[in-house]
Amino acid sequence: MRGNVRLMWLAVLAAVALALAACGRDEEEGGGDPGIDDESIKLGGSYPFSGPASAYRSIAIGARAHFKYVNAKGGVDGRKIEFITLDDAYEPPRAVQNARRLIQQEEVFALFNTLGTPNNVAIWDFVNQQEVPHVYVATGASTWGSDVEGHPWTTGWQPDYVTESQVYADYLEKEKPGAKVAVLYQNDAFGEDLLNGFKEAIKGTGIKIVAEESYEVTDPTVSSQMSKLASSDADTFLNISTPKFSAQAIAAVAKMGWDVLHILNNVGASKKLVLEPVGLENAQGIVSTSYFMDPEDPQWADDPAMVEYKDALGKHEPKADPADPFHVYGWAVANTMVRALEGMEEPTREALMDSVRNMDTEIPILLPGIKVQMKGEEDTYPIEAMQIMRFEGENWQLQGDVIQAPH
Amino acid sequence: MSPRKRALLIAGLAAVAVAIPFLFGPYRVGQFTLVLVYAVAVLGLNLLVGYSGQISLGHGAFFALGAYTAALLIEKASVPYLLTVPAAGALCFAAGFLFGVPALRLHGLYLALVTLGLAIALPQLIKRFDGLTEGTQGLTVEQPTAPGWLPIADDQFLYLLCLAVTALMFLFAWNMMRGQLGRAVKAVRDGEIAASTLGVNLAATKTLVFAVSAGYAGVGGALYVFAIGFVAPEAFTLTISFAFLAAIVVGGLATISGALFGALFIEFVPVYASDVNVALTGVIYGGVLIAFMWVLPEGAAGLPRRLRGLAARRREREEAETATERPLTQREGVA
Repeated sequence: MRGNVRLMWLAVLAAVALALAACGRDEEEGGGDPGIDDESIKLGGSYPFSGPASAYRSIAIGARAHFKYVNAKGGVDGRKIEFITLDDAYEPPRAVQNARRLIQQEEVFALFNTLGTPNNVAIWDFVNQQEVPHVYVATGASTWGSDVEGHPWTTGWQPDYVTESQVYADYLEKEKPGAKVAVLYQNDAFGEDLLNGFKEAIKGTGIKIVAEESYEVTDPTVSSQMSKLASSDADTFLNISTPKFSAQAIAAVAKMGWDVLHILNNVGASKKLVLEPVGLENAQGIVSTSYFMDPEDPQWADDPAMVEYKDALGKHEPKADPADPFHVYGWAVANTMVRALEGMEEPTREALMDSVRNMDTEIPILLPGIKVQMKGEEDTYPIEAMQIMRFEGENWQLQGDVIQAPH
Repeated sequence: MSPRKRALLIAGLAAVAVAIPFLFGPYRVGQFTLVLVYAVAVLGLNLLVGYSGQISLGHGAFFALGAYTAALLIEKASVPYLLTVPAAGALCFAAGFLFGVPALRLHGLYLALVTLGLAIALPQLIKRFDGLTEGTQGLTVEQPTAPGWLPIADDQFLYLLCLAVTALMFLFAWNMMRGQLGRAVKAVRDGEIAASTLGVNLAATKTLVFAVSAGYAGVGGALYVFAIGFVAPEAFTLTISFAFLAAIVVGGLATISGALFGALFIEFVPVYASDVNVALTGVIYGGVLIAFMWVLPEGAAGLPRRLRGLAARRREREEAETATERPLTQREGVA
């Protein structure tokens, strides 16, 4: 009896396994790349809609508004853009799952603007192995332009952290040649990229780093790091942090009455998310960089690009606050994506990469003089220029000219 | 359930399990692979919590230890991936044993707190040893691929590989809990003094079951690396320890099959919750969990028993109703 049951079990298993293994899985229905047809283009993105970095969700909303705006005008060559976004809470393992889902389940044409340095590092091997475009990632790491051969399907978009740190070094050399710098940085690839870029850029100058402290993105506060930095003899504070921690650091500087030249990285320079919550009076004199128009800066109020953005955002994402610069970022990167899609010679993934990698254009909402340029394997970084800005009164004030810092 | 019925049920379940990779696309198969991975860890925790009545809030830490063991062996020492599974299991067994010796002198909530401490500390520790673990950035690990002679895709192979290991671990647990150790463990849970008068060595039994449980979490961790191909400290926060705990309660305490259901729950419910509304993922997940406990307090494995109970009660009620009806008709007949 027992033997019978066991035999039957084995027989069932073997039969099922054989039958199914023999038919295998139907692959490829043939005819073109997935996610694109005459009516639509499917794009996918993974963003932190929840968790410590959820402020960045505004980027997805800005991008979505731009795609809706383009769709309302008839789409790209008659194709409507469908933008699927998933939440990864800024956790790399979830980004891996999202990338799989977008590519294998949703069958998107391309991954667009997936956010976060560790998250993109986690997925780029997989995405390139699948030969799916992975373009305009929302991270400033220098990684994305550094390995065209190994990862031909991946590109960055914004000025990378090495470019940004060069701009700060340039500025300090002119304004404060003997600066003694204290650095706060986020202990991950993002923080190290900016810090190492800065160290490289100040080589052979009179600028010195006299103290550095790191924090984890999961830390509740940076107050102990800040008091250590303030007790050094630094006269300049380089603040390499994401919004929540940028705000804490600014508050700490004010509370301790630390008298330094405060350089705040671009990632944390949002007036809405960072400066207003800690009080604008504490933000006076902070120096940062920018490359797109600040929606609150009165000088752009009548600029056609800004007017177009505000109208469209109000219409398509009525709950969004147009003053949030991350919306502008999302709008601008989506605008670049639309240009790339328009430049495709045929509706294939390879044609998209050709279009992305051979581009020379100006996106209206970027600062005048800042271009999006890529050229095959020679130039693999889309935006490589920034402008210094200083917080005065109610707003950021642009200083000097656009600084070009090509690789 | 008669042995024959049970054998049929298991055979049916096995057939479904083997069929899954051929019925779904690669992403879904990947999700089911994760279900198998979680099932091993959840089963391990259930041995500890369900069978021996001790609470661990830190099994995510052993899961992480197993995952990093496998990841580092594969990436830094080029060990064949199949060997990393027993290695991760053995290391976590040893770690569980060492941790268990002092910790298990503690009871109930105190043990829960100590294990909670472990779960809080580990992700930070992983970041501190970034020379080895690559810190926050995480480690990309090459996933097992289907051997050339097998006409199946990599994701299908991965699923079947995890299925084989999971089945083995389930069989082992089932055997163990039917045997001497199982009886001793349950005796300790139901009454320590009674158990010790019957000659059960309390400390040894508790330490052993803790170690076995940690070993299961370690095996689960190693399989997790195969399934995801990437490890980072963020994957092993408190959330995963609590998810395992939720899974054993949802699946059914002190049941072997409940682990499978619990694993299905923690893999699929959060994903669907986030599809319903990204901003309310936590609320929906929590709500479903509460509703579930309200409807099925014994977990999914308790469902058949509950249904039988309901059916029996209905039968009783029907019998009672017909019993009261009969005199009525008689009376009508009289009138």
